[in-house]
Amino acid sequence: MSLLQLENLSVTFGNFRAVDNISYKLEEGEVLGIVGESGSGKSVSSLSVMGLIDFPGKVGANQLTFAGQDLQAMPEKQRRKLTGSDIAMIFQDPMTSLNPCFSVGYQIIEALKTHQGGSKKALKQRAIELLTQVGIPAPESRLNNYPHQLSGGMSQRVMIAMAIACNPRLLIADEPTTALDVTIQAQIIDLLIELQRKKKMGLVLITHDLALVAEVAHRVIVMYAGQIVESGPAAEVFRTPKHPYTQALLASLPESSSGKARLEALPGVVPGQYDRPQGCLLSPRCPYAQEQCHKVEPDNQGPLDRQVKCHTPLDSEGRPAA
Amino acid sequence: MTTNTVSAPAPRTPIQEFWHYFSSNKGAVAGLAFIVLICFMAVFADIVAPHSPSAQARDALLLPPAWLDGGSWSYLLGTDDVGRDIFSRLIYGARLSLSVGAFAVTISLVVGILLGLVAGYFKGVVDICIMRLVDIMLAMPSLLLAIAIVAILGPSIFNAALAISLVSLPNYVRLTRAATMTEMSRDYVTSSRVLGASPLRLMFVCILPNCLAPLIVQATLGFSSAILDMAALGFLGLGAQPPTPEWGSMLADALQFVQRAWWVVTFPGLMILITVLAFNLMGDGLRDALDPKLKQ
Amino acid sequence: MFQFIFRRLSLVIPTFIGITLLTFTLIHMIPGDPIEVMAGERGVSPERHAELSAQLGLDKPLYEQYFHYVVGIAQGDLGQSLVTREPVMNEFLTLFPATVELAICAAIFAILVGLPAGIFAAVKRGTVLDHSVMTLSLTGYSMPIFWWALLLMLVFSVTLGWTPVSGRIDVVYWIDNTTGFMLIDSWLSGEEGAFKSAVSHLILPSIVLGTIPMAVIARMTRSSMLEVLSEDYIRTARAKGIAPWRVIVIHALRNALIPVITVIGLQVGTLLSGAILTETVFAWPGIGKWLIESISRRDYPVVQGGILIVATIIIVVNLLVDIAYGVVNPRIRHNR
Repeated sequence: MSLLQLENLSVTFGNFRAVDNISYKLEEGEVLGIVGESGSGKSVSSLSVMGLIDFPGKVGANQLTFAGQDLQAMPEKQRRKLTGSDIAMIFQDPMTSLNPCFSVGYQIIEALKTHQGGSKKALKQRAIELLTQVGIPAPESRLNNYPHQLSGGMSQRVMIAMAIACNPRLLIADEPTTALDVTIQAQIIDLLIELQRKKKMGLVLITHDLALVAEVAHRVIVMYAGQIVESGPAAEVFRTPKHPYTQALLASLPESSSGKARLEALPGVVPGQYDRPQGCLLSPRCPYAQEQCHKVEPDNQGPLDRQVKCHTPLDSEGRPAA
Repeated sequence: MTTNTVSAPAPRTPIQEFWHYFSSNKGAVAGLAFIVLICFMAVFADIVAPHSPSAQARDALLLPPAWLDGGSWSYLLGTDDVGRDIFSRLIYGARLSLSVGAFAVTISLVVGILLGLVAGYFKGVVDICIMRLVDIMLAMPSLLLAIAIVAILGPSIFNAALAISLVSLPNYVRLTRAATMTEMSRDYVTSSRVLGASPLRLMFVCILPNCLAPLIVQATLGFSSAILDMAALGFLGLGAQPPTPEWGSMLADALQFVQRAWWVVTFPGLMILITVLAFNLMGDGLRDALDPKLKQ
Repeated sequence: MFQFIFRRLSLVIPTFIGITLLTFTLIHMIPGDPIEVMAGERGVSPERHAELSAQLGLDKPLYEQYFHYVVGIAQGDLGQSLVTREPVMNEFLTLFPATVELAICAAIFAILVGLPAGIFAAVKRGTVLDHSVMTLSLTGYSMPIFWWALLLMLVFSVTLGWTPVSGRIDVVYWIDNTTGFMLIDSWLSGEEGAFKSAVSHLILPSIVLGTIPMAVIARMTRSSMLEVLSEDYIRTARAKGIAPWRVIVIHALRNALIPVITVIGLQVGTLLSGAILTETVFAWPGIGKWLIESISRRDYPVVQGGILIVATIIIVVNLLVDIAYGVVNPRIRHNR
């Protein structure tokens, strides 16, 4: 039984499909990287797993299960018991994600109290332990600090402490380092991976950073305009990308452009609400697009653990199939 | 490239865009419609009103509205204690309230913009002096200040209007000053300054047009508070003096007939409420339509 | 914290000096001879003219007059009423509790209705409930309250006979003035029905006076709540699996209240100027009615003193609001 399983999950806001029929699985203790440009539906898809999509957004899926429990069918109250305890999430901007009116300690203890309870003293002790675990020095004094007194890296550590407070089995990290200084980014990622290994959590790591995913993720999902265009084991996807979009993403990395005069980039932008093309969503930007690509939307091809949504998947040489 | 049925909306001119946002707010459109109607009535009061506002029908004192027993269709909303037609007095009252509103808003707008521009442009001592003055005025409730001014200058429509324009000054000064300060730090102002534009040109040609939006909204809301304050002063006997058909003083006159003739009290107040509400609705609509922050 | 309070205090002093200047100038702005104007149709004899002139200090140079005025204020001396010959301060102190009682009740009404209305409207945004709250509050905001008072009186006092028309308590009761607050005094008196009578006299004036603040509070609460509800930390709170009511009441409201408290503080001005109209309609013996009567009696020292006191109260309340703001908002408390 997989820890998390989605089948044909869609999130719509009015006419706009932010997430379009995505399916994936996550096993216990596995690290899944989700990459893609801004607006490709990475965050929205994971917010829907958390049950945090608000009206007018609508979530629909053939299957949405966590450790065998159907998240869609269960009553609101029962689902809330899972959120924050078994499934936890940390967000992009730690500076705005902590409530400025409450002390760090209050916010951590609140998470503990909601799901586990305990005496005031025990809760406080546990909060101090958590802060120690995420590498915050002098945790006792930090408990009384307010968020505005913390740096970005500190805040994100607090967010992580809050997220792991109830020993979650699944942690979703939504671009956890985007808002941080470059020097801090590595520390936070190291901390996340260390905690993931120690606690054997499933980790969904949403990021722009392909190099990071290549380094830490077991499996990777590439999203484009709300759809999954390619998925598979991280090493494989990055070594021999099958989708032209993945290929383009990798080509745009500075590392792969050494010796070239300029970085390669895909022309054009992700389609929005009004300019969704017919056929394959990438077709207007795809260098290999053919007649068929502009007309017919491609199906997912290949086994569930190595899929590509393309009419002409690339071969190991990076050339489209005839 | 072929597109789906949903296509991007064509770009609009600023005015079309403004109207698009404004007209999507039903309340604002209703407010605008009522304001147009009442302006029309005020301008053509001589033709629209069935009676003279001061004509006293001795045989029809305290006549109820037309649809009640004893009412007469020639006095639609009934008559007051000396037999004057309430409907006609309300129409003439609209003329008075709107003119006072226009007068007060114009004066405070002009003076407020000038002071605000000067404060924001020159900064330093000038700014401090002007803003201290504004703070002092803001420390007093506007009605109280208006009452004090009228109490000193003596009760009359003109003095009341003057007092109202004086008490609404601080809002305009603060708005203009804040907008001026933001605009002053923008590159385009620096560049025209480098090109040798005179301070006057900078203030009125470069900066002012860029802070018009909040001023327009404030002016609309200023209209409503001017009408409300004017009516309050009239009610307290510090504004228009009888027999001028002013909404507030009509209410004051009617006080003693509350128990006998509800219509004498109800209609002038309703008129004030609806007019003020119309201006507030329109002001809200304008703010939403003009404020670029709220647009997607 | 003390430094914060001290800084705020030092900002208030120039404003206060400005207000003394303003009220001082007021009496000199009277066109013509102030004493003739004050006397009005009553007329004034030359002796009385000289006496008044000396009493008001009008025979001295301006700067000296101002100096005396300020020294007087510092000693709590605001001059004498021309009509009753009572010190203005004494008159004020006897009437002030009535206004405070009315204003407090109005503020309680405004907060009790406005705050929940604004919260519900924000949480249920876009629904019929939201639209009705917004329409009603804009109507309340546009209300000519003197007319609103008459209307309520017409319905509840004249037609239905549920509430009395005017005053603070029924004339059959003679209540000792212990605290000046009729609710407390009538309770203390132990007279049967006195407290009930005092309450029933308070209801309509409180609703009338509280209407505009209520509308302002409801609108402000709604927009502030809407803003806060879209913040990242609300998402964090929900991601913790906290119950929705707790997210709204604990996480959102605490932040949303910061601007609302400022607005509530600013309503003190609205309440005091609204009191002028409300007290006039309901014959409520407070400072609003006192001021209006003094104006019609051309009792300028009272007008001058009254305005000075009211403005001072508003400054002090605004100062307190500023400090309360610092207590609620840790960012301000720590940064200054």
